[in-house]
Amino acid sequence: MDMGQGSAIKGQYQLSHLRAIEAASIHIIREVAAEFERPVLLFSGGKDSVVMLRLAQKAFHPGRIPFPVMHIDTGHNFPEVLEFRDRMVSDLEATLVVASVQDSIDAGRSTEESGTDPSRNRLQTRTLLDAITDNKFDAVFGGARRDEEKARAKERVYSFRDDFGQWDPKNQRPELWSLYNGRHRSGEHIRVFPISDWTELDIWQYIGEEDLDLPSIYYSHRREVFRRDGMLLSTGPFVHPREDEERFDATVRYRTVGDMTCTGAVESAASTVDDIILEVAASRLTERGATRADDRVSEAAMEDRKREGYF
Amino acid sequence: MELLRFATAGSVDDGKSTLIGRLLYDSKAIFEDQLEAVERVSHQRGNDYTDLALLTDGLRAEREQGITIDVAYRYFATPARKFIIADTPGHVQYTRNMVTGNSTADLTMVLVDARKGIVEQTRRHAFLASLLRVPHLLVCINKMDLVDFDQGVFDAICAEFTAFASRLDVADLTFIPISALQGDNVVTRSANMPWYEGTSLLHHLETVYIASDRNLIDPRLPVQWVVRPHAAEYHDYRGYAGRIDGGVFRPGDEVLILPSGLTTTVAGIDTFEGPLEEAFAPMSVTMRLADDIDISRGDMICRPHNKPVVGQDLDAMVCWMTDKPLKVGDFLMLKHTTRWVRAMVRDLHYRLDVNTLHRDDTATTLTLNDVGRVGLRVTQPLFYDAYRRNRQTGSFILADEGSNVTSGAGMLLRTD
Repeated sequence: MDMGQGSAIKGQYQLSHLRAIEAASIHIIREVAAEFERPVLLFSGGKDSVVMLRLAQKAFHPGRIPFPVMHIDTGHNFPEVLEFRDRMVSDLEATLVVASVQDSIDAGRSTEESGTDPSRNRLQTRTLLDAITDNKFDAVFGGARRDEEKARAKERVYSFRDDFGQWDPKNQRPELWSLYNGRHRSGEHIRVFPISDWTELDIWQYIGEEDLDLPSIYYSHRREVFRRDGMLLSTGPFVHPREDEERFDATVRYRTVGDMTCTGAVESAASTVDDIILEVAASRLTERGATRADDRVSEAAMEDRKREGYF
Repeated sequence: MELLRFATAGSVDDGKSTLIGRLLYDSKAIFEDQLEAVERVSHQRGNDYTDLALLTDGLRAEREQGITIDVAYRYFATPARKFIIADTPGHVQYTRNMVTGNSTADLTMVLVDARKGIVEQTRRHAFLASLLRVPHLLVCINKMDLVDFDQGVFDAICAEFTAFASRLDVADLTFIPISALQGDNVVTRSANMPWYEGTSLLHHLETVYIASDRNLIDPRLPVQWVVRPHAAEYHDYRGYAGRIDGGVFRPGDEVLILPSGLTTTVAGIDTFEGPLEEAFAPMSVTMRLADDIDISRGDMICRPHNKPVVGQDLDAMVCWMTDKPLKVGDFLMLKHTTRWVRAMVRDLHYRLDVNTLHRDDTATTLTLNDVGRVGLRVTQPLFYDAYRRNRQTGSFILADEGSNVTSGAGMLLRTD
């Protein structure tokens, strides 16, 4: 099957749903590149940011991506993800900016949370906002999708942030047709979410159609894990099971990529994209509900973090 | 698989949330953790039923106040189509949200309570769908279970609505009698209404013909970005990147560039996957031209014998979206396709009552959620089509020069 953008149903001038959302995302990425002084693309190494990079690559082909890529490094990374990040950036000849949570802690800008295996998920916000200010970024591409979480379902594609980086959900700009308003004052910035309309299944289908490379932890593998708060966490340098938390080997994969202390694995034998598509299609849990402790804090956990300036 | 975007509007008690909840649940787009969270909160509030509205009310303020204040986007898919729902509140103070939701919709779903029949809100929803030129209007007569599935009730509502819709510009109008609560005619045909010979709601959404809704007649490519790779292998490469907003382009086509008025031919249409034999709306492509012409962002590529209107005096229906009123003499920023220009409000011809369609030509301002016919003068010519002919090249947004907020949305009427 011809998977290109021209894979219209022949003679009907109709795009498949994936090619329609792809074209819309490319349109958004080009608008931002054209209208902002200093855009940057957030790259976590996760599947959504891999799709974002491919879309950016397509938007400017055969030219290079005209903005840098930024990784907010919690210091709690899966080693497989860091290795993958460096390979991707090198292949694309992109510029990489790394903003480190450890540096923010060392500089006294952030304080490590207390307790066993503190997550640095929330600390990323300070590091991100400082990096935006320091680099004078005025548009920050993120890979958030509206199907992930109900506060995200109401966020605009262009999400305006004041000079504190805050999101005000009740004071969002109306967004009509595909006419985006990125006007802002100095010190303010816009978060841009070009894949807002994609679902988890769309992402996987696209990864399959485009044959995109992903960090190996997305696919089924054996690793030592333990159960905490109903999630399977990987043991490792930042995660220490308590005595009552039994360690065991399991066949798992990850549905999201984040801080090792709060990203859970799911038991899965899915070792190819096709296996995962079948698994996602049959899944009865959202990816965040299944694997992210950070969203379990309260019903409005995501909204509250977003207000503070989170991704 | 095709994509269908549809908009819904409704108030708290007309069953809209129940209907959306049912579509999502029956298509397995609601997940167990979401449903459990909703059940838990419903129980905490002392409800003896699962309040599916909690699924769509995503913001803290909405849940606290039990209202929907914004456009929420929902996603589900069946083997036939992927669906994007723009779910908007129905009250008059949320007209701007309904306008927003309808702006990208292929279909608008209006809910009518069978016991109440056509009410002011029904007329407003239908009018806004027609103002935004949504190609398909679907009227769901809900709560049929509460009127004993009576065909007479359904027929009377259809007749009254059809009479009203004749005053609007509605291309395709469909009525379906349903019970969102009990599932009648939602996913499968209901045995309770043997007199109804149409399809179920979901079947209609899966099969309504949308392929001819886009403009494939008038070739339009607003230039977004000029691709000039600084690499040896692409030394002389110069491509014009943009989304095709109308028609079909092929290599070899003679094209006209606006504003220069120069003509050339299409040398190639490039994508990451390789060159295309033809490209059509709404593809995002990069076009190469045979001649070296000075072209930049904001320019329009079209055909010599099929040009958009080129003009600085605009006549448009405007929906006003901010607290600071619009009045004659105001200066605003205006974005149309890929260009921002300054605009001055020259005339306010009338304000339209979105409930009665009455035209008030004594109005001197448009306030939040008002719709009116406005004359604007812009600093540079725009290359536009009438909105009724092309929703992309016929629309614009307005922004406040000081605060930068998006203050209005406009649909161009052709003036020449």
